[in-house]
Amino acid sequence: MTTTSAPTTTPAPETASERAFDRFRVPGGFALGAVLLLAVAPLALSDFRLALLAKYLCWAMVAVGVSLAWGRGGLLVLGQGVFFGLGGYAMAMHLKLADAADTGVPGALPDFMQLYGTGEALPWWWAPFANPVFALAATVLLPMAVAALLGFFVFRRRVRSAYFAILSQALAAALAIWLVGQQATTGGTNGLTDFQGFFGYDLDDPANQRTVYFIIAVSLLLLMAAARQLFVSRYGELLVAVRNSEERVRFLGYNPANVKLVAYVVAAGMAGLAGALFVPAVGIISPALIGVVPSIGFVIGAAVGGRGSLVGAVLGAIAVAWAQSTLSDAFPAAWTYLQGLLFVLAVGFLPGGLASLGAVVRRNRSRTRTGTRSGEAA
Amino acid sequence: MTVILNQSFTGISIGAVLLLIALGLTLTFGQMGVINMAHGEFIMAGAYTTYVLQESISSAGVSLLVALPVAFLVAGAMGALLEWLLIRRLYTRPLDTLLVTWGVSLMLQQLARDIFGAPNVQTRAPDILTGNIAVADGISLANSRLFILGLALLSVLALTLVLRFTPLGRRIRAVVQNRDLAEVSGIATGTVDRMTFFIGSGLAGVAGVAITLVGPIGPTTGTNYIVDAFLVVVVGGIGQLKGSVITAFVLGVLQSVLEYSTTVSVAKVIVLVAIVAFLQWRPQGLYTLRTRSLA
Repeated sequence: MTTTSAPTTTPAPETASERAFDRFRVPGGFALGAVLLLAVAPLALSDFRLALLAKYLCWAMVAVGVSLAWGRGGLLVLGQGVFFGLGGYAMAMHLKLADAADTGVPGALPDFMQLYGTGEALPWWWAPFANPVFALAATVLLPMAVAALLGFFVFRRRVRSAYFAILSQALAAALAIWLVGQQATTGGTNGLTDFQGFFGYDLDDPANQRTVYFIIAVSLLLLMAAARQLFVSRYGELLVAVRNSEERVRFLGYNPANVKLVAYVVAAGMAGLAGALFVPAVGIISPALIGVVPSIGFVIGAAVGGRGSLVGAVLGAIAVAWAQSTLSDAFPAAWTYLQGLLFVLAVGFLPGGLASLGAVVRRNRSRTRTGTRSGEAA
Repeated sequence: MTVILNQSFTGISIGAVLLLIALGLTLTFGQMGVINMAHGEFIMAGAYTTYVLQESISSAGVSLLVALPVAFLVAGAMGALLEWLLIRRLYTRPLDTLLVTWGVSLMLQQLARDIFGAPNVQTRAPDILTGNIAVADGISLANSRLFILGLALLSVLALTLVLRFTPLGRRIRAVVQNRDLAEVSGIATGTVDRMTFFIGSGLAGVAGVAITLVGPIGPTTGTNYIVDAFLVVVVGGIGQLKGSVITAFVLGVLQSVLEYSTTVSVAKVIVLVAIVAFLQWRPQGLYTLRTRSLA
């Protein structure tokens, strides 16, 4: 169908100093981000604030995937909550089983199952998650497998892009409803919570919580580096080409379905990892965190910050999450209006997000200076 | 047997609600490729219109009848306003309309919360609609459900007549089939778009009146229906009404029969899998306008 408008690209550097700046921009920015996340934040923030930041960083990891699939690939992924949830539940199930095993009672069930469950044996699909290697692998591979399955069938038949968005959203709704319905085996609305240990470490210990923060921060940096490499690779070029003109890419001999599938699956894996790390950091995973509304929330952050820009998407996700938790407590009603308005303005009038603000201002200024009226900005 | 018949009837009445909602979506989605997430809030607006009218008109029957045209106008006006303010600026970016209208839907929900309060409110159904009609042993049809079914079928009929026989309908069909050609033929596509949005959103308002008969209404009433209604449009195909009509009833019956034989949550998952499987067979939906365009 139609393409999403291309995010504004930075203009080519003109002077030697600008070229030099451009060469160091990416590694320099990455190093700055690493220093901020790994040194400044842990030193400057209290345990409580650091735990909050850890939560935001998990959402930012999802935004990295959104930036890839939506920003570069034009796939409006409205169901990232599904993959976040699959990763989160896989991790949570393992932690629950490990906690139950720690009680020393042979064959002990996770606490909530004793409460709601039929009191019988562990469901068969829980059993493999007792194995830490299986559980860790599942946090990433399970979301990727689900994404591959849905993506394969949807992209293969060239279902229109709007249909894909709706189907991915429906998937989020279905998973959330299914989880709520299976209270005996998934904890229902309450989700899985109240974890004691994390691979042998006590989660109540603030020092261990800090370690979890470091794991999350490093994971985010690694994901960003990996995504950046994907963006500048041949595959990244192809993905943008598919977004801008799928038919032309098909005529050139590529199969756009595969290109889109890879982006969707990788984004799902990133969301799965984010969900898995969210569980020890925040201590809960529940249907309310993965349904339709939070799934759209994952896209919002990226949209406000700038879907086409990796850093923009990540900062946008962190900023929106921060604003949400700070303002929604103080002014719940005002925050909802602000959130809606922010979204309308960002997506409607600044499609490149805040990351493109500088470029837009520069363009307008140069236009008024030279007095040209042609080339109306899209 | 009676159970199956009863479940089927429940399914048909679920389908009727879905149909009322999806009719408006088919129009707006079909014509402009606009995915309007605020459609759910237009349903809510229709439902609250009924509630407000009932506060001022004591007779439940009269207020319901008055609510139908008023809700159509209220929701339609909101839709036209939304089109004029935002959506017409986004025609080249259909996927973005989904996100923008979601922002609008957030604000409208909060507005409803501020005006009417967060708790759900209940409207009174007219006496004539509270009973059941027994058709056979053990099979009874709720009057309110029959009313909704009738309302849905009437809406389909009215919309078909408008699309087929009025100048406006002719223009709408022309724009759906080929916007550029319609424009060079002298059709003011902007005006047609606004009218389409008015009618489509107005139908959401009518759906809102209908759902006050089914249960209590609250600020998030619309969101509960919107995902299913979009699925109806996806399966039915866009640009033609018959696809939505068939799909709404099939999905409604499928959902309700599956709910009976399994659980609500499992039924949702099965329906979704069935839809993805169906799209393998017909990726564009049940009925679609054949064009030579590639996308």
